[in-house]
Amino acid sequence: MATQMTDGHRRFLQVLMSHGIMEGSVARTLHRDCCEIHKVYYAHDKLDDFINVVNIHLQPFFMQIRKGMSEDDGRTYYALVNLAETEITKMASDYTENELELFRKTMDVIIISESGFASSTDILNLADQLKTKKMKKKEAEQVLQNLRDGEYTLHTRCIMEMEQYILSNYQDLVRKCNICHSLAIQSQVCETCGIGMHLPCAGKYFKAQTEPHCPHCNEFWPHEIPEINRPDSQLPSSAPRERRRTPSSGTRRR
Amino acid sequence: MAQKRRTKGPGPSQGEDLAADEDFAPTPSASQVQRSLERLSPAQVDQKVSELVQYLLVKDQKKIPIKRADILKNVIKDYRSVYSEIIKRAGRTLQQVFGLQLVEIDPKHHIYILVSNLPRLEVENLKQDDCTAKLGLLTVILSFLFMKGNAAKESAVWEMLRRLRVDPGVRHEVFGDVKKLVTEEFVRQKYLEYNRIPHTDPPEFEFQWGARAAKETSKMQILRFVAKIQNKDPRAWSTQYTEAAAEEAAGGDLFQDISTPGDTGGASQGARRRTR
Repeated sequence: MATQMTDGHRRFLQVLMSHGIMEGSVARTLHRDCCEIHKVYYAHDKLDDFINVVNIHLQPFFMQIRKGMSEDDGRTYYALVNLAETEITKMASDYTENELELFRKTMDVIIISESGFASSTDILNLADQLKTKKMKKKEAEQVLQNLRDGEYTLHTRCIMEMEQYILSNYQDLVRKCNICHSLAIQSQVCETCGIGMHLPCAGKYFKAQTEPHCPHCNEFWPHEIPEINRPDSQLPSSAPRERRRTPSSGTRRR
Repeated sequence: MAQKRRTKGPGPSQGEDLAADEDFAPTPSASQVQRSLERLSPAQVDQKVSELVQYLLVKDQKKIPIKRADILKNVIKDYRSVYSEIIKRAGRTLQQVFGLQLVEIDPKHHIYILVSNLPRLEVENLKQDDCTAKLGLLTVILSFLFMKGNAAKESAVWEMLRRLRVDPGVRHEVFGDVKKLVTEEFVRQKYLEYNRIPHTDPPEFEFQWGARAAKETSKMQILRFVAKIQNKDPRAWSTQYTEAAAEEAAGGDLFQDISTPGDTGGASQGARRRTR
């Protein structure tokens, strides 16, 4: 397997850099196009190998193209992430110190909550607290203006980039999915033994079972089993930067 | 964001030597650089190169040109004596891994930008966001300037934009403060130049293409854009076509390409053939 970067790899990297995160089918299309344009060897099922070549060259910069799953629909996503925090990466932010502080506090609320959501009211309160300390009144008002009603959770990109950080900083306070063993911000939880599963993972695991049972303690699984969509769509994903949801009660039916 | 990395400086004896070198002329000779390099471990130099690459990528995100003084202060620090080697290698790495070229747009003040090295496509696949609209506005302005003979008075540009219902005096739904965007942001990013016309009282200003515009696009590409909108052949504008073709033939590269082997970091100027 070749480990040389080609213009095909470089173009893929440049496009991914501009998007930040990309849905699986979009990435596959991009892979094909990049190889076609630059006459590079292409095998439609070798995207991960293609990406590995790039990752080898990104190592010295503590950057990586990572593959992850959306907690929403179970689709695969590829994102360019930062692996280390340095003096230099700290210069990268588009946000002010106070905005970052608000984000950190919001992330706290989301992670510690049972549901994996923070309501707009929660966030307003956090902004209010910051207002008394260091956030200028004008800044806080800006946040309030832009905040829409609803519930907020972490975007797939955030989870992918910060998984290691969250796991090591929150440790026992966060859940890992019993099926795929990745961080789970939102999950269905067994009332008896406490293990959790991503909604899409639960959907796959319990697929077409009339009487679902917890894989750990065998108790009846009390939650609605999410329906899994076949992610065959070739349409590009239109995931917005921040996600907003209407208040939900427990699990969602898809 | 897993662990904090502490940048390691050179050991005590090496630090003293390098600090002494700082007092010397800004561009040490090739042999001086070689001697300094030999004192440092390859790993130390490699690390500095990686840091510089990261720094350049981060700084270029906002499209603000990067000053050598900032590079020296924030990244190079005690490794000044081998600056030229580090920046040369960083330029090479940017090309090899990212397909980006490190270009010195101001050889006198040592200011850099990053430009993509990859051949331009009809459709680029890059993310469409608020910046895309601004680039659209910019393209219109660059087109106007080129068709008007490479420069136009400020008043002419506003007049043209007003006809497109973009009024510098009125807050725009997408662009906000149009005057600020065009005279400040685009100028800061080196897409446009905004210069005072001499001997004018009250002072009048004119716009020209900036160094970044010249690097990111070309007269021919802009002419083709104009031709496409007007549904004509680019050759319909013979003066502009001749000028655009001449720029293509000459390579048009008046700025220093950092990644050329054998550079001593900004010491020489000259026209280069642009690689396509």
